[in-house]
Amino acid sequence: MKLRTRFLRDRLMLVGIGLLTALVVVPLFIIIFYVVANGFTALDANFFTQELGSPARAMQGKPTGLAASIAGTLLIDLAALAMALPFGIGTGVMMSEYREHPFAPVARLMVSTLNGMPAVLMGLTAYALVVKNTGGFSGMAGSVALAFVMVPIIARTTESVLTVTPWALREAGLSLGLPRWKVTLSLVLPAARTGIITGVLIAFARAAGEAAPLLLTSFGNNFLSFDLTKPMDSLPQRLYSLAISPYKQWHELGWGGAIILLLFVILTFFIGRVAVARLEKRMKG
Amino acid sequence: MDTIDLRLKGDDAAAEAGMAGTGVAGTGVAGTGTGVAAVAGMAGATELTGAAANARAALAAGDELRMETVGLSVRYGTGNYGIRDVSMAIADKRVTALIGPSGCGKSTFLRSLNRMHDLAPDITVTGQAFLDGEDLYAPGMDAVLVRRRVGMVFQKPTPFPTKSIYENVCAGLRLVGVNKKSTLDEAVERSLRGAALWDEVKDRLKTPGGSLSGGQQQRLCIARALAVEPEVLLMDEPTSSLDPNATIRIEQLIHELKEQVTIVIVTHNMHQAARVSDYTAFFYVGELVELSATKEMFLKPREKKTEEYLTGFFS
Repeated sequence: MKLRTRFLRDRLMLVGIGLLTALVVVPLFIIIFYVVANGFTALDANFFTQELGSPARAMQGKPTGLAASIAGTLLIDLAALAMALPFGIGTGVMMSEYREHPFAPVARLMVSTLNGMPAVLMGLTAYALVVKNTGGFSGMAGSVALAFVMVPIIARTTESVLTVTPWALREAGLSLGLPRWKVTLSLVLPAARTGIITGVLIAFARAAGEAAPLLLTSFGNNFLSFDLTKPMDSLPQRLYSLAISPYKQWHELGWGGAIILLLFVILTFFIGRVAVARLEKRMKG
Repeated sequence: MDTIDLRLKGDDAAAEAGMAGTGVAGTGVAGTGTGVAAVAGMAGATELTGAAANARAALAAGDELRMETVGLSVRYGTGNYGIRDVSMAIADKRVTALIGPSGCGKSTFLRSLNRMHDLAPDITVTGQAFLDGEDLYAPGMDAVLVRRRVGMVFQKPTPFPTKSIYENVCAGLRLVGVNKKSTLDEAVERSLRGAALWDEVKDRLKTPGGSLSGGQQQRLCIARALAVEPEVLLMDEPTSSLDPNATIRIEQLIHELKEQVTIVIVTHNMHQAARVSDYTAFFYVGELVELSATKEMFLKPREKKTEEYLTGFFS
């Protein structure tokens, strides 16, 4: 084959890959642009400080906003994260560090299954476990449902990150006479922390965008509440109910809410990236 | 003091096998002993074969037995043996080099001396490995305690990536509960001096261990192993990833270290074995072919196979 043909083929390949990438990225920008264009006008001071209240409030032009949804999202998501972290990381450690344990293959199977399970089922499970037993919808029940969403993702990424952590590190720790759990906790996990943080952020962002598990658990609340034992609002679920409502004003609020949700997810990743980069820099010195 | 009794028994066995020189080694060792009576039961459990006695006989007069294996085999799954029926003696505060071609089992043997195979579920270890007469593979023997007494340095430097130089050195101590700053400071300085690294890093103890050069990292790993004051230090090709200058430093260090600690070093550089060791063991396809004083082995090996290897007949 002539050199020139090779060169052209190489170019062709690059153009092809570039096109495919563009096909992925362009729709994303369209979504962002569309959401921002529609929702931008809704973002005033009231949007962040007022609760939604009844539809009449919006119809009469009284101040109304999504403060309840924003606060609720933060509370529910953070509580879910706090619940999911030990379980997710624990399961990941079991799958990676204790492969010979009889639990490990079971855990691996369950995590794969849970990863592919529709999120609404997580909501149903939380409904059966928490809502039924505590006698009502609550922010906490929503957190449990979202924790179900997060756990398999955290477990899976923890496992894969730990698996690629050099075996030599464990041996070095063991050769100092450290018991296995100390090697895992004080050497292996810290060495894998940037990967684990990334996995946790992915899980967090994924759960933060879920509406389905919350419908049956945190239920929603038009009024501001910081009480995790009572029904509580959240952005994804509120977007859904605003979108299907018959009120034009609420539709606008919904677009505004979508911007906030997008920002929330993007910020989560951005902060995560910065944190990871800092950690890596410190490690290298 | 279990060892003493074992030794006597070994000598008998060796005498039966008609090994020359046994008497000398035996007397030299036995002469230092006390409290023989304490261990009658132990010896009963240890049937010394000719090979084990043979191994002991290789130790020079005046050298004490520190570690010993009797019929030690390591098997991968139900298939290959990594090492087979190895009976070996390791002298106290001496450097014992393990040499042999790739895949001969020298690293496998080394790693069985501090139960590093424990974590691999498909590896089975049979036979016995004694440290001061205690069988490291006896039921109820805790692998963690074994490793606290038998430290290890690996082929590639493995500083803990998230820890500073200081924290690297005291990692072992800290994790067994030593947290007093003065004790740690003292241990860090002692270990780094012991590993001939102190002068180079004393002004930057807080920087990450990964920021050092390869040779420095390896000395850091040695310092880290020394910090927990092991009785035996296993070194698995400690210089194979280092440049000649760093290699020389590590070799000098090994000379200095044998004052305080028993060293077993795997190397596939015969010249290194000749330079640093007092005893050399030649392994071939999973078996111990010959254990001799290093000088003796390199001047007039007992076994034909050893001679062929040393003269470059095969590798």
